[in-house]
Amino acid sequence: MSHGPSAPAQGHGHTHGHHEAYEPVFTPGSARLKELQDVIARYPEKMAALLPALWMVQQERGWISPEAMTEVAAQLGLTAAYVKGVVTFYTMYHQHPVGKHFIQVCTTSPCLCAGADKVVDAFLEHTGCKELGLTSPDGKYTVIEVECLGACGFATPVQINEDYVENVTPEKVPEILSSLK
Amino acid sequence: MGYPHKSHPRETPILSKHFGDPDARTLEGWKARGGYKALQQALHMEPTAIQDILKASGLRGRGGAGFPTGLKWSFMKLGDGKQHYLCCNADESEPGTFKDREIMRWTPHALIEGVAVGAHAIGADTAYIYIRGEFTEPIRVMEQALAEARAAGIIGNNAMGSGKKVDVWVHKGAGAYICGEETALMNSLEGKRGNPRIKPPFPAVSGLFGKPTTINNVETLAAVPHILNNGAEWYKAMCLSSPKSTGSKLFSVCGNVQRPGNYEVVMGFSFKEFLYDLCGGPLPGRKFKALIPGGSSVPTITIEEAEQVKMDYEGFLEFGTMLGSGGVIIFDDAQSMPRQLARLARFYAHESCAQCTQCREGTAWMTKILERIVAGQGTFEDLDTIFELSESMTGKTICVLSDSCGAPVVSGIKKFRGEFEALIKGKRSSTVAVGA
Repeated sequence: MSHGPSAPAQGHGHTHGHHEAYEPVFTPGSARLKELQDVIARYPEKMAALLPALWMVQQERGWISPEAMTEVAAQLGLTAAYVKGVVTFYTMYHQHPVGKHFIQVCTTSPCLCAGADKVVDAFLEHTGCKELGLTSPDGKYTVIEVECLGACGFATPVQINEDYVENVTPEKVPEILSSLK
Repeated sequence: MGYPHKSHPRETPILSKHFGDPDARTLEGWKARGGYKALQQALHMEPTAIQDILKASGLRGRGGAGFPTGLKWSFMKLGDGKQHYLCCNADESEPGTFKDREIMRWTPHALIEGVAVGAHAIGADTAYIYIRGEFTEPIRVMEQALAEARAAGIIGNNAMGSGKKVDVWVHKGAGAYICGEETALMNSLEGKRGNPRIKPPFPAVSGLFGKPTTINNVETLAAVPHILNNGAEWYKAMCLSSPKSTGSKLFSVCGNVQRPGNYEVVMGFSFKEFLYDLCGGPLPGRKFKALIPGGSSVPTITIEEAEQVKMDYEGFLEFGTMLGSGGVIIFDDAQSMPRQLARLARFYAHESCAQCTQCREGTAWMTKILERIVAGQGTFEDLDTIFELSESMTGKTICVLSDSCGAPVVSGIKKFRGEFEALIKGKRSSTVAVGA
């Protein structure tokens, strides 16, 4: 393979958000604050709502900025440093803005058998992303390799934002990209 | 059922009977298929009576370790005045394994019922289903089914009118293979980095939030209602080889094979018939070469060995490998084993939580050596180094991720040494050229 597998999103070619002032997610009276409070009530300790709270922030803002970590920390009675420690452990939390369509191609062994490396090449070629983890110049796409998506019988699975696309071959890539809105 | 293919007559579809049927996803549809009868019955039984049925059935954990479920449940000290928890491990991330995903996608109520029975049987009023973050569709389906079950009073403060509280919640992971290790899962649920914990204390003594906890796999819990409905004897009778392995088992099949998918067979089924008949054999013009039969963390076996295996816990052990999670990865004669095993090692290096030196350094080093060999820059000494390295990575760390990296690699080198030597000698073997 010509490219290093499993490169994280680098956040090169930022297109949205992070130079603007941070807008809090859990403002008084907001639906997200209510949702967070409902989630907190499911656990005996507030800290257990940390992963759910980070998910809410990422859904709202597209990524988890240092300011967002501070906001979440304040909501749950934690320090921003602690929250950062958790954010950096998990691969799905974006620590930089990513393209509108975040494309993760599974390349672990079973998918490699099915030619997943060629699927990666096709996505890089057709999105204009120069390399794995970099966002395309138009801000639309970021492509990364991901470790086992747990859909090995449907090789090669590709996760695009929330959704799985299964049995992807290099030939199907242009059609998949044109179906994205 | 061989989802996405039609059920094969030699399968025994119990857990997979309704895969592919959207009606089975709804509460009404599930009830029409006999759903929630077992829970109704269980809520009026003594927890120890449920544990005894499970012990008699012979059900063993389907997540990989194969620990007897009834025995595990009996470790929870009932009436100790402490809060108890049940965690359902739905962090299915073991390469080659995709059975729990189908259980959750197609039969969410089967899992909820199993979880609720399990919670009652260990004296827990709260259960969490920890689902890996990538599984957005299973999470949506499970959330919807839980909302339905809650609205219908099946779970909640007065579960099915029994006066007992059984709360069940989904907890979404965020991308970390290691969170499938039970103590890492609990840390993750508590809002921490997913680092495994040193045992003891074992979860039944001090688990989630420091309270007695049991962790069971999705497939294990989904089997429980069937055992209550049909009896321990019925389950125990599903056995074609070792009496220590009973019931039906879902095997996920992937890699170079005609019909990848999930297949449910009785324990002890012939692996040869399974591979060539149920799964349709190799792709046209190809031959099976090697298999990693229990998810990527178990030793590699040759097709000649595989053809003799009886598919149960003891049957795989007899050939030096394990049933594990039941994720069967098949490599055919067009695949380069060095390349495949190098990729697998990279997986473990990426997923190491990095707490233990042997794992953090060992998985990365092993990957480096293997990739060097694949690039044609390896030496014969490298093979010895890998063996030594694997020794120092096995049985010496907090969890078994490090052991799991060495297992398929070392066995793979021993069984396909010629392919490694050909790369070291600078000769491109015929199999390396394909797809390299």
